[in-house]
Amino acid sequence: MSSSSASTPATPDVPDPDSQPPAGVHSLWRLRGYLRPHVPALALMLTAALGGVALAIGIPLVTKALIDGPIARHESDGILPLGLLALALGVLEAVLIWLRRWVQSNAVLGVETAMRHDLYERLQQLPMSFHSRWQSGQLLSRATTDLSAIRRFSGFGMLFLVINIVQVTATTIVLLRMFWPLGLVVAAAAVPIVWLSMRFEKQYVVVSRRVQDEQGDLATLSEEGAVGIRVIKSFGRGAHMSEQYERAARTVHGTSMAKVRLSARFWTFLEVIPNLAVVVVLLLGAIGVGRGYLTPGELVAFITLMLSLVWPVASLGVILAMAQEAMTAAARILEIFDTVPAIRGGERFIEHPRGHVRFEHVDFAFPDAPDEPVLRDVNLDLTPGETVAVVGATGSGKTILTALVPRLWDVTGGRVTIDGVDVRDLDLPHLRSLVATAFEDPTLFSMSARENLTLGRVDATEEEIAAALEVSQAQFVHDLPWGLDTRIGEQGLSLSGGQRQRLALARAVIARPQVLVLDDTLSALDVHTEKLVEEALRRVLADTTGLVVAHRASTVLLADRVALLQGGTITHVGSHRELLTTVPAYKELLAAEVEDDLDLVPAGVEA
Amino acid sequence: MSGGWRGVAEVDAAEEADEARPARPGGGSGQLLRQLLVPHKRALQVLVLVVLVENAARLSIPYLVKEGIDTGIPPIQQRDDLRPLVLIVCLVLGATLLQAVARNRFLVRQGAIGQDVLLTVRSRVFRHFQALSPAFHDDYTTGRVISRQTSDVDAIYEMLETGFDGLVTAALTLVGTAGILLFLDLELGLVALLCGPFLAWLTNWFRKASAQSYRVTREKVALVIVHFVESMGGIRAVQAFRREARNQEIFDDVNDQYRAANLVAFRLVAWFMPGIRLIGNVTIAVVLLYGGYRAYNGDVTVGVLAAFLLYLRQFFEPMMEISQFYNTFQSASAALDKLAGVLEVEPGVPEPRHPVELQRVQGELRFDHVRFAYEEGRPVLPDLGLTVPAGQTIALVGTTGAGKTTLAKLATRFYDPSGGRVLLDGVDMRDIRSDALRSAVVMVTQENYLFSGTIADNIRFGRPDATMADVVRATTALGAHDFITAMPSGYETDVANQGGRLSAGQRQLVAFARAFLADPAVLILDEATSSLDIPSERLVQRALRTVLAGRTALIIAHRLSTVEIADRVLVMEHGRIVEDGTPAELVAAGPGHFSDLHRAWLESLA
Repeated sequence: MSSSSASTPATPDVPDPDSQPPAGVHSLWRLRGYLRPHVPALALMLTAALGGVALAIGIPLVTKALIDGPIARHESDGILPLGLLALALGVLEAVLIWLRRWVQSNAVLGVETAMRHDLYERLQQLPMSFHSRWQSGQLLSRATTDLSAIRRFSGFGMLFLVINIVQVTATTIVLLRMFWPLGLVVAAAAVPIVWLSMRFEKQYVVVSRRVQDEQGDLATLSEEGAVGIRVIKSFGRGAHMSEQYERAARTVHGTSMAKVRLSARFWTFLEVIPNLAVVVVLLLGAIGVGRGYLTPGELVAFITLMLSLVWPVASLGVILAMAQEAMTAAARILEIFDTVPAIRGGERFIEHPRGHVRFEHVDFAFPDAPDEPVLRDVNLDLTPGETVAVVGATGSGKTILTALVPRLWDVTGGRVTIDGVDVRDLDLPHLRSLVATAFEDPTLFSMSARENLTLGRVDATEEEIAAALEVSQAQFVHDLPWGLDTRIGEQGLSLSGGQRQRLALARAVIARPQVLVLDDTLSALDVHTEKLVEEALRRVLADTTGLVVAHRASTVLLADRVALLQGGTITHVGSHRELLTTVPAYKELLAAEVEDDLDLVPAGVEA
Repeated sequence: MSGGWRGVAEVDAAEEADEARPARPGGGSGQLLRQLLVPHKRALQVLVLVVLVENAARLSIPYLVKEGIDTGIPPIQQRDDLRPLVLIVCLVLGATLLQAVARNRFLVRQGAIGQDVLLTVRSRVFRHFQALSPAFHDDYTTGRVISRQTSDVDAIYEMLETGFDGLVTAALTLVGTAGILLFLDLELGLVALLCGPFLAWLTNWFRKASAQSYRVTREKVALVIVHFVESMGGIRAVQAFRREARNQEIFDDVNDQYRAANLVAFRLVAWFMPGIRLIGNVTIAVVLLYGGYRAYNGDVTVGVLAAFLLYLRQFFEPMMEISQFYNTFQSASAALDKLAGVLEVEPGVPEPRHPVELQRVQGELRFDHVRFAYEEGRPVLPDLGLTVPAGQTIALVGTTGAGKTTLAKLATRFYDPSGGRVLLDGVDMRDIRSDALRSAVVMVTQENYLFSGTIADNIRFGRPDATMADVVRATTALGAHDFITAMPSGYETDVANQGGRLSAGQRQLVAFARAFLADPAVLILDEATSSLDIPSERLVQRALRTVLAGRTALIIAHRLSTVEIADRVLVMEHGRIVEDGTPAELVAAGPGHFSDLHRAWLESLA
């Protein structure tokens, strides 16, 4: 009954936006493909960084040579070459750092940009069943926060993880070879630091997540306070909302203080341990020098070298936290990459589309409530050029019914066909070029009016745009400050509900579809404008198949036939007048209240 | 493709300046920061003391190391006397422990001040937003309200937590180290400090360049975010109109602009960091060379040379970090500016200085020569006079833009009139305390926002002490009881989760129940039934007859079905009342706006 690729998805796997996906090293490993184009750059970075490590160890050794050689032996001729060597090494180190950072910036940004591209691409493919559960804010935090966590790790964290381990190992070996008892002291000091870092990191992750969650709650309250401001004002509940917010803010305060104390303790220990090692080294080293086991130059080099270890060792904890963060972020991103678009296009094209739409035994249930069917056994036939109105109570599934034609949602049983072809067999862009919908709550993007209007047909001419604006009575666009180039939407000029609906209608008309779906598009228009729009729409609908969701009798009159949706299925089909006289439920839905005490309505007007 | 798709907008410059403005020296930011820190004056003084102790202890360690080498070793060599060395090592140990304790106290105290400031800012900003008039919120948009309270507040904390520490430590280290170097050996110290001008020049260059690049980066990331959020929020339209390819094109463009801006910022750091390191290494080499000669000549000891090398390391390390927290300062400063800007806005409808206490509110509304304009010179209400006796139900009809909603907003004191007076029971609304006014006058609009929590919580929103029986009585009167009990958890259904399936009509019924339970003397319905389908609307109409009894009501509707329950109809046009009478009178009066509308309505029913 349908192609295999588009076979009915029993339970399309939409991940739960509120749960944390399991994260691990494997999550990051799976994203390695993004590093591939940058392998030469990564190799260069690693080389430069290793060179830097060698120099960091080399410079103190030059100092040692200087102190023990020319100074101790009072030979002035050794000073200049050694000083110049230190200078050369110092300059080389700076050049290597520059090289690493320069190469790195290009590579990591390339990785981040590529991931963001792919994420956006995938998200655009994912169907409504996904987007109805995931809010754009949740997706945004993946496209920004999570991607920069990965960027930070792949650029800095990963590199320094390697570098720091190399530096710590190499320096410790040098120290051990220089004077092993002191070397042992240094090596011993590293153990508690690493242990502490790892323990801290674990506790820190827990407390950070709690702070994050509580801040999320706080953000929700901010949002409610802003979005609901008119209701709050209406009921004079500002003080109550403020108290509620303050309570939540106090909770964040408490948890954050716990976090502050935890990290204060950690950072303190982190500084104390190497300093204690300095104390021990100084004591033993000075004794060693006094008794002749060690030269003064070696002692200076020793202390310099071991201080240079503090940062690499201490930062291991931070890098591990960064790695943890990156793994979580990678898992969250993979969750989206792994969600297979439940709606995929078929391969067929209709060469000469006529716009014959048929619903055949159509069932529909939302994926999270498969036992509560919204539509069951819906049958409806729209002959080419015919306009059918769908009428039903609020929540009866009218909007879903219309969304099944352009496959914003897929049927869970039965099929929808256009010109006899199952919509699931049609190429998706092709199908959606055949069907255009004007939604009740139209989305306007923060772009020019033209860009908003030509959403469905980028190459529409000025004349076509003007004609569509006329049909939808949206000529007001020409009077905007910059005409069609005026930016509208949230970041631009704000329009009234009625104006937005008329633009949405124009948008659908410009697309010149074979099938035009009007989902209660005229609800926000006043009676006068509605009338004008309807007259113009009649011309458009004359040779277009129309599916019209209607709440008002006036809109129903656009249609040739009316289908009554009750209890999830179509119970009656007929003309408006037929249904009005023969079906009481229909009259109940569409006829305004006509009560006996109402002297406004002259007798006999109701039928 | 340079962004032609964005279109032109007047607010562009202003808005972008607001969202991505570079730090404005001496702007509102400094003043606000001072204000916030004043209550913590004592704590800050202690903090300064602690930080001085900590830095002194830290800076003393290399000096003590030098002492250990220079004065601790010779006694051992000469007579195996460990005491001088042990004494010095004990001093180092003491300094280390002192530094640790001071460091810990510093971090905790600093965090406490930061968190306290954060709590104050949050509460203050939230309260202020709540106090500002709906007119302000109309312009400001919720997105900006939220980002003021989230990202801006975070930016300030970031600065208090890391930036302060970094700056203070860097400054103290610079000054302290320079002093010690000069003290240890004046000549060698002066040579070492020759690096100063280079450091100053490099840091200054970086500061300027990164301010510029920071601004560009903020602008670009804003573009990415807006495009991303809008295309995800409007994904239904995107997919229905096959917009994916064009969207991808636009997104790739803004994504790449963001990448390029970031690249500039990263490369600045790529110059700055090795630049500092270069200056540092050259200084060390010079000190080594020159110091080597002086040590060779016996002018300085090996210990001094060692101390110099250790101090110079400490000298340059915090300089590298400046690049890290420089952006922190940038964004905190911009955030403070924006918050200061918001906090400066006076509430459009201020609380009365000498409030008049209302006894029992009867609900008589009077508009006395009321004038109102959203924009100077374009009056919406030129001169409105109207008296609504207590208990009367009024229907307001008229075309879009006739001023109906404005009238409703004045009657609820969402706005104050630009001229004339609005009176409740003969008292100017500007003299009534807002909580008294709010419990007397309630408005229900199309915008039926529900708060997170249960359905019952939402219905009780205006009267939190209402019993469950009160709640049920309100919903039953409106015919909403049945659908609520049919929900999985009935009245305890969470609006955010399971309640996601509430239809627009059902939400509206909950909003109605909320208003009725609040039991106001004056009820204003602005297009409140337009999202209901006819059966629900009919239900509400029927309920309204009982609920409105004994209440003053102002009903705005563009569908005439609402009008039938009104005692009196007002037809508005261009901010004036052009017809006024009972529905039957106006229909009978023959050709007029109302009778035309009425005829059109009757035709639409047929």
